[in-house]
Amino acid sequence: MKLHQLSVFLENKPGRLSEPCVALADAGINILTLSLADTQQFGILRLIVRDWQKARDVLEKAGCVVKVTEVVAIEVADQPGGLATVLKALESESVNIEYMYAFTFRSEDKAVLVFRFDDPDAAVAKLQDRKLNVLSPVELYELVEQ
Amino acid sequence: MTDFPFENRIWDSAETAPRAELERLQLDRLRGLVSRLADVPFYKNAFAEAGTSPEDIRSLDDLRRLPMTTKDDLREHYPLGFLAVGRDKLARIHGSSGTTGKPTFVAYTAADLELWANLCARFLVAGGLRPEHTAQIAFGYGLFTGGFGLHYGVEKVGAAIVPAAAGNTQRQLTLMCDLQTDVLVCTPSYALTIAEAAAAAGLEPRDLPPRFGHFGAEPWTEDMRREIESRLGLLAFNNYGLSEVIGPGVSGECALRDGMHVQEDHFLIECLDPDTLEPVAEGEQGELVITTLTKEAFPVLRYRTRDIARLDRSPCPCGRTTARMSRVVGRTDDMLIIRGVNVFPSQIEEALLHVEGTAPHYMIEVDRPGTLDVATVRVEVREQDFSDKMSQMQALRDRIDREIQSITGIRMSVELIEPQTLERFVGKAKRVIDHRVTDSS
Amino acid sequence: MTEQWNDSPGGFHPASTPDYLPAAQLRDLQLRRLQGVLRLAHDNVEPYRAKLAEAGIGPDDVKSLDDVARLPFTVKEDLRDAYPFGLFARPIGEVVRLHASSGTTGKPTVVAYTQEDLKVWSEVMVRSFAACGCHRGDVIQNAYGYGLFTGGLGAHYGAEALGATVIPISGGNTERQIMVMKDFGVTVICCTPSYLLHIIERASEMGVDIRELPLKAGVFGAEPWSEPMRVRIEAAGNIKAYDIYGLSEIIGPGVGIECEYQAGLHIFEDHFLVEIIDPETGDPLPDGQEGELVLTTLSKRAMPMIRYRTRDITQVVPSPCPCGRTIRRIKRITRRSDDMFIIRGVNVFPSQVETALLAVEGTLPHYQIVLTREHDLDQMEVQVEVTPEVFSDEVRGLEQFRAQLSHALENTLGLRCKVSLVEPNTIERSMGKAKRVMDKRKLE
Repeated sequence: MKLHQLSVFLENKPGRLSEPCVALADAGINILTLSLADTQQFGILRLIVRDWQKARDVLEKAGCVVKVTEVVAIEVADQPGGLATVLKALESESVNIEYMYAFTFRSEDKAVLVFRFDDPDAAVAKLQDRKLNVLSPVELYELVEQ
Repeated sequence: MTDFPFENRIWDSAETAPRAELERLQLDRLRGLVSRLADVPFYKNAFAEAGTSPEDIRSLDDLRRLPMTTKDDLREHYPLGFLAVGRDKLARIHGSSGTTGKPTFVAYTAADLELWANLCARFLVAGGLRPEHTAQIAFGYGLFTGGFGLHYGVEKVGAAIVPAAAGNTQRQLTLMCDLQTDVLVCTPSYALTIAEAAAAAGLEPRDLPPRFGHFGAEPWTEDMRREIESRLGLLAFNNYGLSEVIGPGVSGECALRDGMHVQEDHFLIECLDPDTLEPVAEGEQGELVITTLTKEAFPVLRYRTRDIARLDRSPCPCGRTTARMSRVVGRTDDMLIIRGVNVFPSQIEEALLHVEGTAPHYMIEVDRPGTLDVATVRVEVREQDFSDKMSQMQALRDRIDREIQSITGIRMSVELIEPQTLERFVGKAKRVIDHRVTDSS
Repeated sequence: MTEQWNDSPGGFHPASTPDYLPAAQLRDLQLRRLQGVLRLAHDNVEPYRAKLAEAGIGPDDVKSLDDVARLPFTVKEDLRDAYPFGLFARPIGEVVRLHASSGTTGKPTVVAYTQEDLKVWSEVMVRSFAACGCHRGDVIQNAYGYGLFTGGLGAHYGAEALGATVIPISGGNTERQIMVMKDFGVTVICCTPSYLLHIIERASEMGVDIRELPLKAGVFGAEPWSEPMRVRIEAAGNIKAYDIYGLSEIIGPGVGIECEYQAGLHIFEDHFLVEIIDPETGDPLPDGQEGELVLTTLSKRAMPMIRYRTRDITQVVPSPCPCGRTIRRIKRITRRSDDMFIIRGVNVFPSQVETALLAVEGTLPHYQIVLTREHDLDQMEVQVEVTPEVFSDEVRGLEQFRAQLSHALENTLGLRCKVSLVEPNTIERSMGKAKRVMDKRKLE
């Protein structure tokens, strides 16, 4: 139930973000979602794509440092309290969230939350216990690309 | 017969002068001091107000009729309003941190420097230093008196100095082992940091060359002494001093390490109740008040140290006839000592004021997780400080960080926290949480 | 000559007497001192004994100063090889001070002084201050860093021996430097020339005009500077700016200094023997020709140096100085014959940076050192390419890695530098010897 996310190291300089994006576009790879974490000196671009292996090869060929990490996507209702429900489920458990980001798509009334946990397997188990909708890769791709 | 852990050597015969002789000398010197001070405007006024004149000093008990001096007095006469000699006589100027950005400065004539070196030589020799030794001084040099006091003391004894200064623990360890240093001089907490680095490098206490350690500039405990001694494989000695009085050299331990011998031929020491300013009963805790008897450039009369300790006037088997003071067990003000540096909470407030225009809510937390003091300043983020760009928030944090370092001289870790998370106080805010344990032994 | 009670400040300083020795006497003094130093080194220092034997020269074979050219050189690596005590010529019991400078790799270079050596050091520093017109009434703010670095304590002891009021403020905390300068009527400052420019700039931001303070002279050293910088400093500070030269292997600061004419640095030749050699062949070069400065200590006892190759490029000024000093001058040092560079007065070898990076990463990453000068403060940036091995997808992880690098560099170099993580393959690769240092500083 885990997804592969690609992280790319970027210097915090003008124009740096376009390089990996152009490389992926040239290879015909569609970015399902992305998030950017920045500091004063550098940034980390996090991407989810359908064919992560191909995307990794493309990025590495373009000279990027790429890391593949496992993240967990959860579908929630796009309404007040959607995120809170998930956080509440995790609160009592000893699961640490390293970071997270969220996105909505099309006109659906759903939102997707992407989490990076210190222990993704344990987190998935706990989320499923609470009957939360943890998305498999295929489910996510279908949701986003339908 | 008393068992000494090593040869009980005395550097200066004045340390063992018979009590009656010592007290005669003190009285003579006190009279001389009071007449010298009559030319210093601050004391001139204070004497006039109190109606005292030098002729009134007939016995040492008359000291109690003389006015006191506080740190605020020194600050109000910034930079050198307390000078008792012409500026052309000054050989050295040192400074200590003030409660605000302006530090307090003190000055020395060539004779004062000679005296200072001799006073440090006394306790260094009492604590094992010999001319054939090599001493590693891991105190910061500079305006701070600790480094220079010990440096010139070691030089006076004739031992070799490695002026390592503070910091770069790895290199301290390299120098210690490669240069076979016999004596380590630093703050007690830095001694533990070196011990930790030694252990991490796989060195046993017996592999470490120093046999004696002279530690000061911050409060420490008997527990810490035991820990330092077992982890560094040396004998640890405590010494005491403050720049307003002279720097290190006011007192130090002898081979028996049962209290620090106050160098009474040069300093009169009183132990007073900080509220009533009356002497405490013999052996009770009180605030130390010190008078410099011989300093030329910057003499002080009854200086309130704000340090709390006990005095023991019983004779010591080492032969020194001077009173002994206990470790400093507390302060009567809010000054903190972090890694050997004096810090006042008002300095942090000043730093925040510089960076942010107005001071936000903040809290200083001091802890000693391993061996080194760690100070954390938590600052509530206000709407006007908040930016959605992480880089800007980091830049804000860095600016506060730099400003605190510039004002206090030490690095603290700065954390930006959410608004309304710090406890609010009615009246005087509690700005400091000190997690470090100090026992009162 | 020592100062007497009725010597009024200013004018000729009695301590400067040896600066004016007639040439013949000076050369004779040098020869006899050199012979003594050779004997001391030969009898007490194994590496010197071996080198002399290899060169086929006995300790008594030096009959004239020209024979110096036959003596073997000493290089920085010799100090490293003999670390820590191998070059000491006196027993450790006679040593009263040890200093250390950064070596080319992790290990420091150690130098030692006897009580007499410290006196010589103070003496040459007093003569240095005197050459700059300083005397016992001056208030000297010593902003060189104190500690193992010889600059701080060297200037301190000299200023104290001069009889001046010493403010041992050490480096850093520019606002406090300015406050002290203003509030204590400082007349002389000792620091790196770039730091004084930084002080002047900061002072004007604080509304303090250095030109209106009693400050009259600056004794500037520990880094290369230039005539345009001098012009700037003298105009912006309304002071005279003097260049001082020294290195810890020889004694520390006080090997040479400019006089009021500021046309070259007088070397205290009664204590230090000067040669200029071709750095490639090692052959001596005549006065007026540029080459590497080689120094021999003539009086130091704890650790004599014979023909020490300083790696500093300069020349001996062939003409006599109008100040009347007979001790010769060298020109300002502008470059070196090795890859060492100086940041805020601290000597750095690129090999030290490699040692630190290697210690953290295990393998040497592609890196580049970029030197800039912003607001007259040197900045050293080490750019390190991120490799897949060290990349973390968490900001915290990368920040931690950067802090580790920064910590290791600070420990090895003794100074703080900026570490930037850069994308792979962004640092220029070159054929053969990589260009590791980009020095963008302009000494103006």
